[in-house]
Amino acid sequence: MADAELVMLKMEGICKRFPGVVANNGVNLDVRAGEVHALLGENGAGKTTLMSVLCGLYHPDAGSIIWKGHPVRFASPRQAAALGIGMVHQDFKLIQRMTVAENMMLGRQTRGPYFDLREAARMVERVSADFGLPIDPRTPVRQLSAGMQQRVAILKVLAGSPDLVIFDEPTSVLTPQEAESLFKMMRSLVASGKSICFITHKLEEVMSIATRVTVLRDGRVIDTLETRQTNPRELARLMVGREVLFTIQKTPCAPGEAALGVQHLTTAGAPGQVALRDLSLEVRQGEILGIAGISGNGQNELAEAIAGLRPVLSGSIKIGGFDTTHWRAEKITDLGVAYIPDKVRQNAVFLDLDLTHNTIAKSHRGAPLAPHGIFRMRVIDGHVRRLLTQYRVRAPSPRTLAKQLSGGNLQRLVLARESSRAPQLIIAANPTAGLDVGATEYVRTQLLEERDRGRAVLLISADLDELLALSDRIAVLCSGRIVGMVAAADADLEEIGLMMGGARAAEQPCA
Amino acid sequence: MEQSWQQLLSASFLLALLSSCVRMAMPLLLAGLGETFAERSGILNIGIEGTMLMGAMAGFVGSRLTGNPWLGLCCGILAGVLMALLHAFLTITVVADQVVSGLSVNILGLGLSTLAFRAFFGLSGQTVKAPGFDPLLIPGLSQLPVIGPILFRQQVLVYIGLLLVPIAYFVLFRTTFGQQVTAVGEDPRAAESMGVDALRSRYACVLVGGATAGMAGVFLSLGELRGFSELMVAGRGFIAVAVVMFGRWNPVGALLAALLFGFVDALQLHLQAFSITSIPPQVLQGLPYLVTILAVVSGVGRGFIPSALCVPYRRGQ
Amino acid sequence: MTDPESGQVPAEPAARAQDPSWVHAHHVADAVLRALGSLGMALSAIVAAIVVAGGIIALLGINPIEAFRAFFVGSLGSKNGIAEVLVRATPLALAGLGVTVAFRAGVWNIGAEGQIFLGALGAALVGIYAPPLPQPLHLLLVLAGGFAGGALWGGLAGFLKARFDANEIIITIMLNYLGILLVSFLVTGPLKDSSGLIPQPQTVPLPASAILPKLIPATRAHTGALLALLVAFLVWFLLKRTTLGYTLRSAGANPDAARHIGINVKRAVIIAMLISGGLAGLAGANEVSGVQHYLTQDISSGYGYLSIAVALFGGLEPLGVILASLFFGMVLVGSESMQRAVSVPVYMVYIIEGLIIVSMLLRQLAWRRSK
Repeated sequence: MADAELVMLKMEGICKRFPGVVANNGVNLDVRAGEVHALLGENGAGKTTLMSVLCGLYHPDAGSIIWKGHPVRFASPRQAAALGIGMVHQDFKLIQRMTVAENMMLGRQTRGPYFDLREAARMVERVSADFGLPIDPRTPVRQLSAGMQQRVAILKVLAGSPDLVIFDEPTSVLTPQEAESLFKMMRSLVASGKSICFITHKLEEVMSIATRVTVLRDGRVIDTLETRQTNPRELARLMVGREVLFTIQKTPCAPGEAALGVQHLTTAGAPGQVALRDLSLEVRQGEILGIAGISGNGQNELAEAIAGLRPVLSGSIKIGGFDTTHWRAEKITDLGVAYIPDKVRQNAVFLDLDLTHNTIAKSHRGAPLAPHGIFRMRVIDGHVRRLLTQYRVRAPSPRTLAKQLSGGNLQRLVLARESSRAPQLIIAANPTAGLDVGATEYVRTQLLEERDRGRAVLLISADLDELLALSDRIAVLCSGRIVGMVAAADADLEEIGLMMGGARAAEQPCA
Repeated sequence: MEQSWQQLLSASFLLALLSSCVRMAMPLLLAGLGETFAERSGILNIGIEGTMLMGAMAGFVGSRLTGNPWLGLCCGILAGVLMALLHAFLTITVVADQVVSGLSVNILGLGLSTLAFRAFFGLSGQTVKAPGFDPLLIPGLSQLPVIGPILFRQQVLVYIGLLLVPIAYFVLFRTTFGQQVTAVGEDPRAAESMGVDALRSRYACVLVGGATAGMAGVFLSLGELRGFSELMVAGRGFIAVAVVMFGRWNPVGALLAALLFGFVDALQLHLQAFSITSIPPQVLQGLPYLVTILAVVSGVGRGFIPSALCVPYRRGQ
Repeated sequence: MTDPESGQVPAEPAARAQDPSWVHAHHVADAVLRALGSLGMALSAIVAAIVVAGGIIALLGINPIEAFRAFFVGSLGSKNGIAEVLVRATPLALAGLGVTVAFRAGVWNIGAEGQIFLGALGAALVGIYAPPLPQPLHLLLVLAGGFAGGALWGGLAGFLKARFDANEIIITIMLNYLGILLVSFLVTGPLKDSSGLIPQPQTVPLPASAILPKLIPATRAHTGALLALLVAFLVWFLLKRTTLGYTLRSAGANPDAARHIGINVKRAVIIAMLISGGLAGLAGANEVSGVQHYLTQDISSGYGYLSIAVALFGGLEPLGVILASLFFGMVLVGSESMQRAVSVPVYMVYIIEGLIIVSMLLRQLAWRRSK
């Protein structure tokens, strides 16, 4: 290993402000040669901003960066890459429609204006051979799985021969097995003399792979520790600022009748493809059924089919004793089904409209708010204010535009409008994605309370820990089928990971 | 005068028709090639109509004042670039709505062009003349049977337009600039993270679009119609946007689409001269617009739309 | 309900929520502040446009002061001038309200011009060929015919967009040309007044029972202006106070979210275009029944495109559209007066219109920078 005490990077007093928020407030960070340095913090702590400043995407408002002993100022990511710093983004930042080779060539200094595709393909093959990560240069990126796309993003960074590689939440789209191979690759990179900085909010990852960890909270550095001298509990306390309960107290499950029954469901996905194949499951009153799986294996289609937003090709859906297979979405909503979709900002709220508009969604037809299609403004106003207060949505007034609310508050609003309709079935897809710890705990507590009230909850999540903590039973979705069903108490993480990856089904691999 | 159907299918009629087809396709092709670049980079410019009008006016005025149609062409291109600069500034720097910006460019183009024309030549009814482009016969090739009259006895601007197709294709698909443009039109944020200057690429493409739209306008005022009136573009700018889509955002596709629309335009023009079975002229005049609607409804090109087209992009989140 | 995030629940909002008068006052204060903000933006746009227009006039060798004096005197300085302003503003308001409904629903309806023509056609057909009827009923039917004609043309575009996911900008613009050609064909052909007295092609005049009564005697101003006010109120009510309006606005603000709350976005698009086209059709009916009293080939000379600028300048709000239509009406009349008095060409109106939109867009930049 290289000289472990040699400091490659020093960031001093970094400040970065955005309208309305100070993302980084005087952050100090140093990274040594040959180490894996984790950047730990909850959503919104400032980790991605700090690394974006480092790799040249943002300019800091204050502070300095000293790289290999010299002060530097990056005007662009290209400059940072030229000096040896590369970043693998959480969303990969690849051009989906272009091929692997074209993505690798983009932005690189070429000898002339001519774009040589054969040269690009040769380069891809060279780099992938160097690092033992095989990939076909001619494949369009959008045809690759998440894990393979990440490989392309990594190769793109490695092709620039960087000395420091930054990873932003790299395991969020991987199965446990894929995450393990990623860590193996990181260890070999470090062994070859590179330094790694990786952003995460997962404590176990920090403990398993990192040499040192810097904890960020609210834009400031709380502490930097050697991982062998600390433990998850201490890290969690530093990350959140108070003692965090690791296990949510859950009353034992006392399920009632089946609230939702799905039998042999087949639906279409993208044009020409089948998304769900012969899928069957059941959710009973008073229980939470978790759906595990790599995103893109039919989760959205399942939720939409149940909610009446996607036509069913064959099979049946029964809710509360009614056959709702071909019902319209409005009718299903009136029956008592709440749907909190994935990506709330995009799919569940109207950012340019006010909170009143957003809160009365789904209740905007008929009594009591709109008898005969005409709004009763006083009633609506009282209803909205009552809900916003009851669910503690922090906003100046119901006329505030939704886009001015934080993610946590938006999620509260969506929960408020869905729960207040007293649904018998709640479908929630990735409800805590992108939320800070406080909001995440709130959402999870709400879901448990609904369950305790005797409602049925179908929880779809890419976060296995969340599923394990909240669900009573867990079903694994792969290629549009349920490939396994276990009780949460007996769940084996590795087994679930294998099922997610398709190893347990004689089928094409998932995603 | 009634003509017979046989005369309709005669060789001379068909040759004239195809020759007109190439001519009428040119404004659509020229404007469409530039707009292909603009839309490939993610910017929709429905202001081409007003830009073409400005180009037509500037070209005509420039040619009249200098006596040289080539200088008129330069004026037309310049006018197109200036109009496009306004649209580019509004959509790329101000990040205003692209449709609204395009509409305002159209309105300004209509007003400025007619105002400037009247300012130079007054409100008098007499027709003003300016030196234009006469058909240029390519020696040798123009004598070839069939394709001679169709392709090689056209005006210079037609040859320029046809030559621009392989050039545009090469630039778009074989150069770094072209690859960067495509990347920016798919995902400007990802492209910028790879070191591409998305804003600069977009400006370049929109300005190219303005230049070719200006050329298309000059083709109308100095080549085809020889004059200027505020009704002379007659929706060709909007049809050019349909050409881009129908051509799948590809220069060669744009050529084929322009030829198709040009054929319909030529057909209605020649049929009007024939007054076959008293088809009312309005029906024939409406054919190009109807065909455009059919083209847009057909869904050709839908899978090729640049993913970031018309999506506002602001740097640095 | 546990909330680990914070301890306190602010007591005030809960108490206030019970007090209806406070709620009402808050609404009004909000509305006034927002209106003032929009007004400020509009005024600065107008000032900018005037300055640039004045510059262009000066470049033409004309004294801007003289020109603007002619502008204001001609438009607001006499009973006739104000009447003319109302005459011009009415179709702009009606079509502008139609554009507002469409834009709010997320549909780019650029086809107001064609819809006006079809509405004029519908109104003329009902006016001329209906059996004899008392005036109120006949007028009502004429207006309904106008609405129907425009709704047909708009609904066609809406259907094509919903069914084929086609680009409505191109389709509505193409339908403009087709609508104008259709009316031209009919007016010079089957519907032509062949009594031979009038050289220009037009239909026979509408019977008296189909004509909108005058508003200001001895002028061209007619009760269509009152119709526009009524329609503005109806549009406001529709958009802000009904479930249908909620559906349309949701579809326009975020089609994905609208779909997820059970709204049929395709149906919303078609309904929006039917209403939008219908309102533009009312503008056409207005021109036939109130102004011209017969149908001609140029029943509208650009009102459709102008109405888009009116709608945008009015901030896509019914009250704003009324004010903007009055302003643009004033600009139209003033421009003609400028042409007569000091020979400033009428096309100035397009420049002013374009400049207003451009300066509105630039205001967005300044406003965003200041945040």
